[in-house]
Amino acid sequence: MIESYQQELPPWLAFFTFSDINVRLILAGCMLLGVSAGVLGCFAFLRKRALLGDALAHAALPGVCMAFLLSGTKNPVVILLGATVSCWIGAISIDLITKYTRVKEESALGMVLSVFFGAGILLLTYIQRTGNAAQAGLDKFLFGQASSMLDRDVWTLAIVGTLMILVVVLAYKEFKIVSFHADYATALGLPTRAIELTLSTLLVLAVAIGLQAVGVVLMAAMLVTPAAAARYWTDRLGKMLAIAGFFGALSGAIGTYISYLGPRMPTGPWMVVAVTSVFFGSLVFAPKRGILARLTLLRRIRRQTAEENVLRTLYVSGEKEHRMDAPCSTAELMQFRSMTAWTLDRTLERLMARGLVRETSQGFFALTAEGVERGARLTRIHRLWELYLTRKLEIAPDHVHDDAEEIEHIITPELEARLLATLDYPEEDPHARRIPPAAGGGVIAT
Amino acid sequence: MSPAEKPAPIEVHDLTVAYRHRPVLWDIDVTLPEGNLIAICGPNGAGKSTLIKAIMGLVPLASGKVEIFGKPAKQGRSLIAYVPQRESVDWDFPTTALDVVLMGRYGHLPLFGRPRKRDREIARQSLEKVGMLEFANRQISQLSGGQQQRVFLARALAQQTRVYLMDEPFAGVDASTEKAIVVLLRELREQGCTVAVVHHDLQSVPEYFDTVMLLNLRMVAFGPVESTFTTENLNKTYGGRLNLLTEVGEKLRKSEWSARQ
Amino acid sequence: MNHGLWIMLVGSLAAAACAMVGCFLVLRKQAMMGDAISHSVLPGIVLAFLISGSRSPLPMLIGAGSLGLLTAFLTGALERHGRLQPDASIGVTFTWLFAVGVIMVSAFAGQVDLDTDCVLYGEIAASPWDIWLIGDTSLGPRAVWILGAITVLNLAFIGLGYKQLKLTSFDPGLAAAVGINVQLWHYLLMGFVSLTTVGAFESVGAILVVAMLIVPPNTAYLLTDRLSRMIMLSVVFGVLSAIGGYWLAAQLDGSIAGAIAVVSGAFFVAAMLFSPTHGVIAGYISSRNTYTTFPEEPEAQPRA
Repeated sequence: MIESYQQELPPWLAFFTFSDINVRLILAGCMLLGVSAGVLGCFAFLRKRALLGDALAHAALPGVCMAFLLSGTKNPVVILLGATVSCWIGAISIDLITKYTRVKEESALGMVLSVFFGAGILLLTYIQRTGNAAQAGLDKFLFGQASSMLDRDVWTLAIVGTLMILVVVLAYKEFKIVSFHADYATALGLPTRAIELTLSTLLVLAVAIGLQAVGVVLMAAMLVTPAAAARYWTDRLGKMLAIAGFFGALSGAIGTYISYLGPRMPTGPWMVVAVTSVFFGSLVFAPKRGILARLTLLRRIRRQTAEENVLRTLYVSGEKEHRMDAPCSTAELMQFRSMTAWTLDRTLERLMARGLVRETSQGFFALTAEGVERGARLTRIHRLWELYLTRKLEIAPDHVHDDAEEIEHIITPELEARLLATLDYPEEDPHARRIPPAAGGGVIAT
Repeated sequence: MSPAEKPAPIEVHDLTVAYRHRPVLWDIDVTLPEGNLIAICGPNGAGKSTLIKAIMGLVPLASGKVEIFGKPAKQGRSLIAYVPQRESVDWDFPTTALDVVLMGRYGHLPLFGRPRKRDREIARQSLEKVGMLEFANRQISQLSGGQQQRVFLARALAQQTRVYLMDEPFAGVDASTEKAIVVLLRELREQGCTVAVVHHDLQSVPEYFDTVMLLNLRMVAFGPVESTFTTENLNKTYGGRLNLLTEVGEKLRKSEWSARQ
Repeated sequence: MNHGLWIMLVGSLAAAACAMVGCFLVLRKQAMMGDAISHSVLPGIVLAFLISGSRSPLPMLIGAGSLGLLTAFLTGALERHGRLQPDASIGVTFTWLFAVGVIMVSAFAGQVDLDTDCVLYGEIAASPWDIWLIGDTSLGPRAVWILGAITVLNLAFIGLGYKQLKLTSFDPGLAAAVGINVQLWHYLLMGFVSLTTVGAFESVGAILVVAMLIVPPNTAYLLTDRLSRMIMLSVVFGVLSAIGGYWLAAQLDGSIAGAIAVVSGAFFVAAMLFSPTHGVIAGYISSRNTYTTFPEEPEAQPRA
């Protein structure tokens, strides 16, 4: 879409010289839009009204057309005003419908979205057919056309965007509490209604300034997707806003770059595809909340469980032999533990590497001194839990083994100490087996 | 159902439920005997509703199994009539009281079959039994809380089964509805039906029920009201909190260990 | 037949088909799924164009239908496995698929007989000239046949699955307890919504399909307390909107699809104000008690 007159460099490089004034303009516009939509979208997302942006963006269309009809120009400030008023009416309609009828919010959103959009289309076609010469380009508001942005458009974007971010910074704490728990904010004596109104207004503004670049239809993505992606990376609101803003800006840049390279590539949709790719990347790779991280955690827990099971089996068998370093064959281990030979081999390898188990002879394994200690702790917790269930919950002794089997892997030293105290430092489990004392003679501070 | 040798209506073995947001239900092991009115009591968050939902297969079990008349729960479930909490549905749904009761017959209809005259007759009779026949054509949001509860009861009756599980049917109903429900419960017992009711008002337990299950994350006691509904058992249920158990439950949940293989 | 009549017929059929499945979307509080599906079928339609090289309806239905189901599955998967809240799952999924569709339309502009404006508001005005020919015999506009078939299919779906749809919408818990597969019926409904969307897409475009799917059902929802009547009334309002929209568009010389949406919105506003049972004015004037569903309040409660 953008003429490249950097003859010397290939286009994919020429972009990065930023010598093309047009490129600079569009890049700045798209990134600014990405930041403000990303940040504002977070609040809508957290208030569980992620689709409100979608509805409002569509509801802007009749306002854009009316502003043009009445003023006869495409001045960005006038268009912005028209879009804002129309979004506002849309937002109020949603509130009124849900408040005064039994129609649910979902339906109200969808109705405002489609009916306002229909009105916008009707006005748009009406303007087109009345043959006003200046109308050319009004339909760019449907899908947006970043390449048609002018100086004044970008300046408007920059000023409004900066103001919005400023408001968010100033009213951060108020926005936070209203998004988290509006009723509580009211109880604290905060002007909840006014704060909500401010938030909605900012959302409306974010939509309105984004129209020219991405258009009404895809504006929703710039509001929802960066927020949803950012949520995977952090548990803090402040960071979430920053990350969402960054993702928005990043996708603005990618969208501009791709449409610079491809002659027929529209900027807005590519921004959306870019931000969604960021989203899917976050979904999979984000630490802690990402799918990969959760799978890794699950694998780690499974491995740890397998290791601890082997340690305890070795310990119990040593207990029977009255010799803690009594070796046990793999066949015996597999008899007690339902695991495949392959898993057992890997588990034993890891335990040996950590010096908890040693191979006494081919296929026979025994605990090391450190391994005995670990095995004792696991056995202790297992038997303590069995005792807890039988004593405190009055569950029959023959029913408690499975539970304890699970619990032994997750009890922390602190819980262990409390368990001991609650049970009054017992010596035997419900099956009259000795509970191994804790290291250091069983003295654990409570 | 099978008169010769009678398996118990509901048998729960070692049932453990690990829920996402709530604590858990531990190792419930119980057999509900036939022809009893059973009150399920316990403090808030004790897992009373969860137990019923687990029996109905509406929440996943971490372990254990449920048998209904000796059959696996999946096959036997249609033999239980379930009365959910009133808030569980959208009362603005465009439908009438009679229509809701008719839904109780859906389990008896073939895949694409429509309710027949006989089904309508049964639905009407059920409404009559709860004293709601005159409201048959009322839209359900125009009924009072107590009336809505009666409609739910009528729907369960229309299922024409021998086992009823009711989740807090007495919650927020007026005095006349409460009386109507009690009469109905007694009638059901006389017909030999088994009814288990999640119940909050301890005062009325001895009056309304013959069997009681005291629940607080685990089964504290189960048996005839006279011998089981004792101060000691109640203290055990409502008194001593099982902090340790709750904490361990939380830990289990967090460690993603909730599904026992 | 006069082409104005043909346009009204096409509009009415689209509206009727949409209203029928739309009722269940509204009652399940999944109105925005209709919005999502109507957007995300776009790449499916473009793909079907590219592969079959024509506008024949079967590949289009298959392409769009599978995209619609993909949307339903993807939002479900994001919710369950991605732990994303439902509204955001919908928002992320459909905007992405729609953006991909728009990119495909611009990238293959030469091969695809679709432009982005038509995607948004359809070409219902052109439908009378798109005649279905078998040999030399004209069978009338193609859209009439396609939408007619979809209307009949929807009617059959709702007729046969009425009780399952109703019960899974009203009380999924009981539905599961009596052995109805709640998930299956959810996806069946989504499948029929996709099918309907595709059929109406060409005539009224992506976003105005949403108006047809949810505005008439909500209008009917304010006027009746019976599901069966709600479905019938919403079909009536859909058809009236189509006819009224044609008239309005003729007055303004504007988009017919846009006008249909506006008229359906006007019907909703009228119902919202004047409905004798659930209208704002009726609620204001009448002091008659209705009941709320608060569990703590056994006695009569006036509705706000």
